[in-house]
Amino acid sequence: MSRRYDSRTTIFSPEGRLYQVEYAMEAIGNAGSAIGILSKDGVVLVGEKKVTSKLLQTLTSTEKMYKIDDHVACAVAGIMSDANILINTARVQAQRYTFSYQEPMPVEQLVQSLCDTKQGYTQFGGLRPFGVSFLFAGWDKNYGFQLYMSDPSGNYGGWKAAAVGANNQAAQSMLKQDYKDDISREEAVQLALKVLSKTMDSTSLTSEKLELAEIFLSSSGKVKYQVCTPDDLGKMLVKYGVTQPPAEA
Amino acid sequence: MECVFGMVGKGFALVVADTSAVNSILVHKSNEDKIMVLDSHKLMGASGEAGDRAQFTEYVQKNVALYQYRNGIPLTTKAAANFMRGELATALRKNPYMVNIVLAGHDKETGPSLYFIDYIATLHKVDKAAFGYGSYFALSMMDRHYHPNMTVDEAVKLADQCIEEIRSRLVVAPQNFVIKIVDKDGAREHSWRRTTKD
Repeated sequence: MSRRYDSRTTIFSPEGRLYQVEYAMEAIGNAGSAIGILSKDGVVLVGEKKVTSKLLQTLTSTEKMYKIDDHVACAVAGIMSDANILINTARVQAQRYTFSYQEPMPVEQLVQSLCDTKQGYTQFGGLRPFGVSFLFAGWDKNYGFQLYMSDPSGNYGGWKAAAVGANNQAAQSMLKQDYKDDISREEAVQLALKVLSKTMDSTSLTSEKLELAEIFLSSSGKVKYQVCTPDDLGKMLVKYGVTQPPAEA
Repeated sequence: MECVFGMVGKGFALVVADTSAVNSILVHKSNEDKIMVLDSHKLMGASGEAGDRAQFTEYVQKNVALYQYRNGIPLTTKAAANFMRGELATALRKNPYMVNIVLAGHDKETGPSLYFIDYIATLHKVDKAAFGYGSYFALSMMDRHYHPNMTVDEAVKLADQCIEEIRSRLVVAPQNFVIKIVDKDGAREHSWRRTTKD
């Protein structure tokens, strides 16, 4: 019955739903998860990598984390090719702002601008929505560290801790239980890794299956976006006791 | 024969402008306010083609207000200055705005600041600035007497010296001037200097 209203993205169903948007969110529900946690001295983003192969160049390519501007980064869940388009759009919007105002774009404005773009694909043009959810992490002088989650509908919200992708509901409820308002960045990393390890489907958790990035202020006061090296990540997994050794063949 | 000039003091910035509206040899009025209050903490003294002046300054003022409504935070003085410069630069190769602007603002984090923006989209952050024929006298006076961290009284006294110089040395000197000030408490009119009543 509802099939009649599926194929056109820009019309409502009789029950008042936008099916294409919902189907886009379904697609993301099957993709690798990502978790973001806001702490008082930084924002932590952790992502589960779906493509793990020894042949993949881990040093030069990232699957989940992208830098949008010097003060904003994002984690991605969903269709990678769609994500690339939106990441480029976000980068252009950030630079366009800086070109006009000679100042970094406030994080919420960047998220809002990108979400306005996403919303367009749910209302006109006849094109399908983007099958990506984002976790934006950044710092600006107005509100300090911030974490935003956005989805294919173009909705966004500011969060203290959020999860997108596979098993995001389980991850979200775990975060709700364990998150404290005055959490430090190190504790946030630990919490993120713990939650991800519990919600990931895979049998063994190694540093190859994860990506970890942090946004914080360096000692000189500049915003730093740092992706954890696989070695450091491996050490952290052991330290926090979340690593499970791969099954010996 | 329009003059607009400004300077930065300790915790404040001052903008002075003449108040004559002239067409060829006729003075339309001598109480034309050319220093627009851009938002609560910014002043914009503008001189140039009268129609362009009104059009451009109002356009900037409305855009600054729109930014604040959309985003819940005001633009910094630097951001507003760069926005203005961008608009002038974009219009330059088609339909230039013949307006010269002295922008003064006060931001909580960075204190008072003054920007010199001319009609071909030059932007300079400065301590003292002046436009018009009066600039020859105002800048010389300020170069001689200005020092950083002046009090309001010292700055107004220097402004008066500049006005006196303009009045006595410029052949068709403007009759009246208005002085406006911006500091942490906001942008407001300070006083007038009149030789004629309108």
